[in-house]
Amino acid sequence: MLTVSGSPHVHGDESTKKIMYGVVYAMIPAILVSLYFFGLDAFRVLVISIAASLFFEWVIQKYLIKGPITITDGSALVTAILLAFNVPSNLPSWMVIIGSLVAIGMAKMSFGGLGKNVFNPALVARVFLLVSFPVQMTTWPLARKLPMTLADTITGPTPLGFVKEGLGTGQTVPQLMAHLPSYMQELLGQMGGSMGEVSALAIILGGIYLLWKKIITWEIPVSILVTVAAFSGIMWLVNPNQYADPLFQLLSGGLMLGAFFMATDMVTSPMTRGGQLLFGFGIGLITILIRIWGAYPEGVSFAILLMNAVVPLINRGFKPRRFGKKTGMVAANK
Amino acid sequence: MGILKTFVLGGVHPPENKLSANVPIQELPVPAEVVVPFGQNLGAPSKPLVQRGDKVKVGQLIGEASSFISSNVHAPVSGTITKIDNILDSTGYRRPAAFIKVEENEWEEGIDLSNELITKEDYEPQEIIDKVKKAGIVGMGGATFPTHVKLMVPPGKTAEFLIINGVECEPYLTSDHRLMLEKGEEIMVGIRLLMKALKVNKALIGIENNKPDAIQHMTELAKKYEGISVHALKVKYPQGGEKQLIKALTNREVPSGKLPVEVGCVVQNVGTIFSVYEAVQKNKPVVERIVTVTGKGVQKPSNFKVRIGTSINQLIEAAGGIPENTGKIIGGGPMMGKALLNTDVPVVKGSSGILIMKSEESSRKVESPCIRCSKCTNVCPMGLEPYLLSRLAKVKEFDKAEKEKVMDCIECGSCQYTCPANIPLLDYLRLGKNKVGENIRNRNKN
Repeated sequence: MLTVSGSPHVHGDESTKKIMYGVVYAMIPAILVSLYFFGLDAFRVLVISIAASLFFEWVIQKYLIKGPITITDGSALVTAILLAFNVPSNLPSWMVIIGSLVAIGMAKMSFGGLGKNVFNPALVARVFLLVSFPVQMTTWPLARKLPMTLADTITGPTPLGFVKEGLGTGQTVPQLMAHLPSYMQELLGQMGGSMGEVSALAIILGGIYLLWKKIITWEIPVSILVTVAAFSGIMWLVNPNQYADPLFQLLSGGLMLGAFFMATDMVTSPMTRGGQLLFGFGIGLITILIRIWGAYPEGVSFAILLMNAVVPLINRGFKPRRFGKKTGMVAANK
Repeated sequence: MGILKTFVLGGVHPPENKLSANVPIQELPVPAEVVVPFGQNLGAPSKPLVQRGDKVKVGQLIGEASSFISSNVHAPVSGTITKIDNILDSTGYRRPAAFIKVEENEWEEGIDLSNELITKEDYEPQEIIDKVKKAGIVGMGGATFPTHVKLMVPPGKTAEFLIINGVECEPYLTSDHRLMLEKGEEIMVGIRLLMKALKVNKALIGIENNKPDAIQHMTELAKKYEGISVHALKVKYPQGGEKQLIKALTNREVPSGKLPVEVGCVVQNVGTIFSVYEAVQKNKPVVERIVTVTGKGVQKPSNFKVRIGTSINQLIEAAGGIPENTGKIIGGGPMMGKALLNTDVPVVKGSSGILIMKSEESSRKVESPCIRCSKCTNVCPMGLEPYLLSRLAKVKEFDKAEKEKVMDCIECGSCQYTCPANIPLLDYLRLGKNKVGENIRNRNKN
């Protein structure tokens, strides 16, 4: 008996699983950094988040949907690690479990599961936790000191929170900056913050891996970072006492994590490259608007979620360049 | 060599697997019986001119072109017509065909069977087109569009370039590659003839960079012929697509829904060119062609020169038989070829290859949900959104699919090849094209 099916009769080696585990591999540097700086607590949050997320996906698929079990496809694992990255390492375990339930149950499965959700599940959970447990979600543990540095790290808030609070009491940015970790420390991850966002370097390493493996394209991260740098740069030039410089904006908070790992989520980002540029621009813009004028010190999560909501609209408006649309009447090569 | 040219939008790079690239063309013995379908071209089938019991000679006209887009069919062997009956051909449709029992080896008068190269060029353009039409030449790359129709430039348009397709971008297939190596000189003459027919003074031959021997050989030969240049192209599927090849070679884009002549180009495959040479210089109609028989389990991957109508069974036997764990047999290449129901089908003018796949390569992988990765959109050489078009076809939104340019799809399969969720995108796109095509025809009727 011969198999008869339509062409093509061969398939490349791409698979959903390969993509998802590729993202997991890309997160390893940031995982290691979080373990180094936050120790056992980070390990606890990570393990609970993964176990709870996989468990909830399994329960929902088995008993509510009664469909195929796909917990090994790696998508829940990615969500779980990203969720852990988005919370402080000292968050109580039961809150992590609630976060997992919100991410998997509410943000992913209730929309129909993998590929159907409108919003990034890990971010929905983060924002849910942030508004439900504001105190626990903004009490940041101290990142361990790097052995070779002597500088004091700040306690309590993140650099972004510190600056926002300080500006509210009438201090200027340069005055506040003196109390903050240096840019080198921020790059390596020695600052207060969520588990996975502290080290820009680890995130960028992972981002390069994602780009190299063609899991993501450059459009979204680059447009976010450029927009943030440009917008905050203009504000900084206008009044450096009132507004932090662009490098500070790029290195602190969840910007790098958001730009490389959260906004690039395939399911919730636009399908065409033009659309992705607009999407990234919107995220960068909203992030700085919130950081400078909003009530929260950090705005990346809200910016991504807001832009997630307009993705269907962007997809409608941005079409790929069709072949034959432009008449390329260029003289032939001799 | 500098930066190699290629087309811009999309494309994929499947493993090339050109197993038979170094195997010289081998002529197979004439079989005891051939089955010759009357419709071997895109468009209307030919009108049968013979009946049961008739004696025919090799090269005798047995089916006459029945309309504008149609082409002649000739007897590929000499012998007796035993019956005219419907057969299941390689496309899976039932079509009328002539069964010829082979007797003797008697050729029609005036066909030159020598191997001597004839470089005579003093023909009138119309004379060349008439000879091409008479010989029943169709696009031998597999599209089987009647060649003489392509040579008739519509009034108001002018051809500037003759584009020669030596790309052979389908994995596994090597018939064009071997033909360029072994019949390069004849192809050059054929190109000169078509340049004359089209009244163009430039011909561009595009060959992908995975055939350095063919590029070198053709470049060497082209020096002797005026106006012919050879261009090495970066390996990228589907570069053999007409529109992609024109883009790669001239940087012109054929507008949506238009023919290549719109941008001054006419594209012909090297196999077609060789047939043109034989038709014009040797008076020989299309009675044979080169077919690659290949596959990972095949004992002797080969390039055979066979008579039209030979059962592909005979070709597979000559390549070492059907391997033990065969799961699928494809007429053509792995990207655009058609899976065959059985091996009892004849070689036709458009048969470029037979690919035998192992059972473990034969089944599709299990489909999973679309993760909106947009890889299908990125690889589409026509700038379409296969994920969207397949969804529109699935929910029967054919008007929307038409607006999203489903008819531009060239069915190259790059989207489905790439899809990490193994969604049969092209199945749905074909459905969409089918229904939208029907709607357009109905609209035009009213």
